[in-house]
Amino acid sequence: MTITTLLSGRTAKAPEAPATDIALDLRNVQKTYDTPGRPEVEAIRNLDFRINRGELVCVVGPSGAGKTTLLRSIAGLLDLTAGEVVLDGNAVTGPPDGMAVVFQEYGRSLFPWMTVRQNIELPLKEKGVPKSERKAKVERALEEVSLTEAADQHPWQLSGGMQQRVAIARAVAFEPTVLLMDEPFAAVDAQTRAELEDLVRSLWQHLGVTVLFVTHDIDEAVYLGERVIVLSNRPTVLMEDVDVDLPAERDQLTTRSDARFGELRGHVYSLIQKAKAGHRPDEDQEA
Amino acid sequence: MSPSSATLTPSSRPRTATRSRRPRRSRDLWLGVTGVLIVLAGAETLSRTGIVNPDFLPPVTEMYASLFEMLGEGWFWEALWLTVRGWAIGLAAAMALGIVVGFVIGSSAFLRKFTNSTIEFLRPIPSVALIPLVILIFGTQPQSAFVLVVYAAFWQVLVQVLYGVADVDPVARDTARSYHFGPIRIARSVVYPTALPYIMTAFRLGAAVALILEITAELVIGVDGLGRELGVAQSSGAVPETYALVIVIGFIGVAVNLLVRLIERKALWWHPSVRSEQS
Amino acid sequence: MTRYFKQAGYALGLPVILLTGWWVASAGSTNPFWPPLSTILEAFPTTWTMDRIVGDVLPSLARLGIGFGIAVVLGIVLGTAIGLSPTLRALSEPVLEFFRAVPPPVLVPIIALFAGYTGWLGKIITIALGCLWPILLNTVEGVRGLDPTLTDTAKSYRLSPWRRLVFVILPGASPRIFTGARQSLSIGVILMVISELFGANRGLGAAIVQFQRTFAIPQMWTGVILLGVIGVLLAMLFRLAENRMLAWYVGQRQIERGA
Repeated sequence: MTITTLLSGRTAKAPEAPATDIALDLRNVQKTYDTPGRPEVEAIRNLDFRINRGELVCVVGPSGAGKTTLLRSIAGLLDLTAGEVVLDGNAVTGPPDGMAVVFQEYGRSLFPWMTVRQNIELPLKEKGVPKSERKAKVERALEEVSLTEAADQHPWQLSGGMQQRVAIARAVAFEPTVLLMDEPFAAVDAQTRAELEDLVRSLWQHLGVTVLFVTHDIDEAVYLGERVIVLSNRPTVLMEDVDVDLPAERDQLTTRSDARFGELRGHVYSLIQKAKAGHRPDEDQEA
Repeated sequence: MSPSSATLTPSSRPRTATRSRRPRRSRDLWLGVTGVLIVLAGAETLSRTGIVNPDFLPPVTEMYASLFEMLGEGWFWEALWLTVRGWAIGLAAAMALGIVVGFVIGSSAFLRKFTNSTIEFLRPIPSVALIPLVILIFGTQPQSAFVLVVYAAFWQVLVQVLYGVADVDPVARDTARSYHFGPIRIARSVVYPTALPYIMTAFRLGAAVALILEITAELVIGVDGLGRELGVAQSSGAVPETYALVIVIGFIGVAVNLLVRLIERKALWWHPSVRSEQS
Repeated sequence: MTRYFKQAGYALGLPVILLTGWWVASAGSTNPFWPPLSTILEAFPTTWTMDRIVGDVLPSLARLGIGFGIAVVLGIVLGTAIGLSPTLRALSEPVLEFFRAVPPPVLVPIIALFAGYTGWLGKIITIALGCLWPILLNTVEGVRGLDPTLTDTAKSYRLSPWRRLVFVILPGASPRIFTGARQSLSIGVILMVISELFGANRGLGAAIVQFQRTFAIPQMWTGVILLGVIGVLLAMLFRLAENRMLAWYVGQRQIERGA
């Protein structure tokens, strides 16, 4: 329970009983890198948005927009200069309970001395899940990502796409409140990327996880998300929160050739172009 | 990795990257000095308060007093010269032999397979096993030390050179051959640059091993040099001198390490491993 | 089948040639330092009787084992602590650099002052101290060199410090730790022998030197050969252990190199 919740009269929430629909709440988040002997770098000036339970939200922005800074701050791996990140009613001060992260470098996030199964099991052990339940969860996660046969191999024996699926399985087995994905498919070939995108959507639909998906790929963001949050360039603020009103059932072939998809994609694309050119909504308002 | 770079890669660690290098370097320096002072002060206290018998561990100040005294004496410099000379000659011979043999064996698949078992068998044989032999044949002459040093350092060098020759990128070699490079040009422009980092590693490992064996030969066999003086000091009960000599030999070891690192840096300034270390 | 013969041929070819050469070259030798190989081999059974093996060889190996074991435990514990704490590392770096640069045999006169070399204690301390540095320094490097993505992943899944240590840090550092242990093993063997040349009465090194002093040359040669064989066997044992514990690392490197 933070001072702000006390003062605002909001009741403190127990982590186990989510009384709100808001899974992740970013309140005036600001991050400035302060290096002694060097000029300050304001990475994020102000980000304020909410993610509801069960949503799949994508974040895009031009290069250098601080997407990774944002993600690391949400994941509790980075301290904020101001503002706060509230997960399930609790302020995030370190890696929070109920959050799982899938990093871009899948190869380096899986422990090479463990098998696939052991990798997926480890966070569950830490969580204190009893053995039989653990095994069941691991099996289910492996099935969800179609990797049951590879369970007893080592990550480096698998292809890049399979490794990323292991990382996803590990996150999914953990049953987090929010699943953070940091450009997870950037380092994967295009065909595999398409499969993995569909995998994320199907996992999201089956398991009802809340997903925050950071990417630089505009098509991917529109294809996957229910909303697309577009960031400006540095110092980052919100350009626009785009609502993606495509049908819930999507597939690579028909959805991507849909007219509405083209419109949305074009809209996000032009926003990004504006962002790259230095156009900023906060300056707009001042003008 | 400075935060002002255009993209923050996911692998950057913003917490540490925000500390600039200059304050951290000088902080590390001060901590290092403090560490040394703690050890010295600790030893001094242990000795002076009698917690450790001062006959076994004289006060640090006495050790250094004895050291400075030694610096003014002729036998010390003579012994130092002999040790360094024995080390250098043995190391040079081991490097030369190791590089030549390594290149010859490494460039022929047949030779590699043929000599593999022998090398794997001879390599782990401890050089100290040769001590009785060498005593019989050469006694306390410098050749005793030479044999031990060369034997031990040679294997270190050979193994590294073999790795280096084997590591040559087949694509690079094929490219060279498709341009009709002769064998010597291939050796110079493809094999040598690949092998050079390994040769530097060989130099580093060989230098350390050579020093160990040189001192061993002097200490155990009685070949002239600092090791022998050390043995004499200890057996005649000159305790501060014993420690003083140990300190000197330690500094020689440090000097050897620094020298090797310097040479490595000069020779391999272009190599990614050295470049990343400096970044 | 022919492949096995070929492999055996490569493995045994040169050794057989060298041994035959030695045998032939020394056959009629009257040089006291270079007795015929046949004489040396004949001297083996009479020199290395069960009594001598139990009384000399085993104690030497035992001391090596104990000293090495102490160095491994101490080295990993201290190395991990130093590797994880930048402050500790900065504090200890110059001191460690100095102690690492001291050639291990130099420890012998110092320890002779404290513990003497007539019993087991002095020898074990010598071996332990000499073997400590490579393991300690390599552990520090191994812990430092861990991929930040691995440690970030461990943190993001909120692994407890204990779990992080046992399941992430130590396994991740184990390739470097093994490198250090291998260097330590060779130093340990050197110190095992040297520590017995200073006032010991029983031990492999002591026995060899005794033979040398009493000019029992063929016996001395058998000792030298035995020492060599022991060195080789220890190296093989070590490599077996390494291959088992680092199977994942070997596999990973193979795939990376092939890629």
